[in-house]
Amino acid sequence: MAHNILVWIETFKGKAVLVSYECLGEAKKLADGGTVTAAVFGENAAAIASEAITFGADQAIVCEDATLADYRAEPTIALLAKAAVDLKPDVIMAGASTRGRDVSSGLAVDLEAGAIADCIAIEAQGDQLVATRPVFAGKLLSHVVVKTAPMIITTRSRAFPMPEATAGKTGEVTTVAPVLSEDQITTKSIGFAVEGEGEVSLNDARIIVSGGRGVGGPEGFAPIVDLARTLSAAVGASRAAVDAGWIPYAHQVGQTGRTVAPDLYIANGISGAIQHQAGMRTAKVVVAINKDAEAPIFKLARYGVVGDLFQIVPALNEEFKKRLGK
Amino acid sequence: MNIVVCTKQVPDSAATLKVDEQSNVSWGDAALVINPWDEYAIEEAIRLKEKFSGKVTVLTVGPEQSKEALKQAVAMGCDEAFLISDAAFEGSDALATTHILAQAIKQLGEVDLVAFGKQAIDGDTGLVPAGVARRLGWPLLSYVAKIDELDPGSKAIKVTRLLEQGRQSVGSRLPAVISVVKEINEPRYPSFMNIRKASKLQISVMDAAAIGAEASKVGKANAAAQWIKVFSLPARAGTCEMVTGDSPQAIAASLADKLLAEKVI
Repeated sequence: MAHNILVWIETFKGKAVLVSYECLGEAKKLADGGTVTAAVFGENAAAIASEAITFGADQAIVCEDATLADYRAEPTIALLAKAAVDLKPDVIMAGASTRGRDVSSGLAVDLEAGAIADCIAIEAQGDQLVATRPVFAGKLLSHVVVKTAPMIITTRSRAFPMPEATAGKTGEVTTVAPVLSEDQITTKSIGFAVEGEGEVSLNDARIIVSGGRGVGGPEGFAPIVDLARTLSAAVGASRAAVDAGWIPYAHQVGQTGRTVAPDLYIANGISGAIQHQAGMRTAKVVVAINKDAEAPIFKLARYGVVGDLFQIVPALNEEFKKRLGK
Repeated sequence: MNIVVCTKQVPDSAATLKVDEQSNVSWGDAALVINPWDEYAIEEAIRLKEKFSGKVTVLTVGPEQSKEALKQAVAMGCDEAFLISDAAFEGSDALATTHILAQAIKQLGEVDLVAFGKQAIDGDTGLVPAGVARRLGWPLLSYVAKIDELDPGSKAIKVTRLLEQGRQSVGSRLPAVISVVKEINEPRYPSFMNIRKASKLQISVMDAAAIGAEASKVGKANAAAQWIKVFSLPARAGTCEMVTGDSPQAIAASLADKLLAEKVI
């Protein structure tokens, strides 16, 4: 069945965030002949809208008003709610980022519509879309349906493939007026301190090299960071390493950290407690390097090395430098 | 300051979960605890009370047994606790829960701040804080890693939010709704005095009528989003292949071969 779908393209500093395009690619697939509209607000919205059309949107609405320059939930939700009334989409989609969750929930309230957060698969069954999403910190999966129109769906980072761009594809881009004026918005964005600039982010990473209790201290992360650099990978950590103060919380993978889904996850000195597994078990290939042959992480791993990470990881780094010509 | 913390009772994060053919989830003899994220919200609320005086009220929506989570919160230092409970609420989705909580908060007089953990570790939707803010028409400050400034007099707050790309500094008026991340503090252990207080505390129950919940917005039959099935993850294919060799270099070479063949590098 054809679905008309409205996709919110989240932006940061004048660029679309990756998960928005993954979401857009999935929207195009689900639309099944219906219209996919990209909604782009803020700095550089018109240019991003053109880009979104090459990634699968049929048309776009844009607003570059100053109230939307730095993302804030209220003006974004208000604009999307108005677009939902005007365009009457069956489905509204966004990436399941921090902002995507806030926006989807606010919209759900405004439209009294059901929202499904953090989907990893969506399947059309007759007229109905059935979403698959992890629950209980990824220990179980659920199938969820929504019985209101529109339904609101957010998609998890890297759960859906990045669509291929069709160069030269064009579509109608409509400029819309903001719904709220500055004095109607209750929050003020004061500043933004970008972190990890130049580093690969955990959410977008194809490869993650991670360290746990076994790295022994802050300096123990050095070989892990070196290997990550060689592989253009993000650096992850277990809760034990974060709680010990060896590496900032932003690197924590697991139930009380980030949930990641890379192609390759190299766990170094991580025993693999159930809470850590919850954050990384959807990785395609897991490599475990650990002194303890009985560590639970080996049950999840495709490849295991029982040994000293301070010998294995530097050797692996040298090997990949050679193979990758770095 | 009048601070409200919304909590949820969930199975312990270390619990091994089982699910049967009817999608019933069980956790053996693992304990039901306060959602771990909510402990940070409770701690932050208590710290604000200690600084500015006032009171911390803790709420939860759930069955009778959820009173245990409220007692845990009181043992940490919350002053009052309400269980929001009604047979009509059973099977409510995140959207319905935002209605129930917003209605309950409206019964608590003049509130300055509502605090949440960033999400509950059972449903994992992370939708409720933003939805409650929207229903109340209050500013939403989500994923807060630090409260930088708070002035109960001029009713202003400034926070640092932890987002994917870094830290955003945001200000708003009070009352506001915040959701907090782990970095914000280190939750305290219950004190002996507060444990005694919690054990004696009579927890009041507010039902659908008491909070003015709309019947058409709550319960399983009215849930806009419905879990039609819960199931275990497909078992990971294959077993772990141990990579061995005479030296770290030999192991590294062998592992590199395998990973390149997997096309994951």
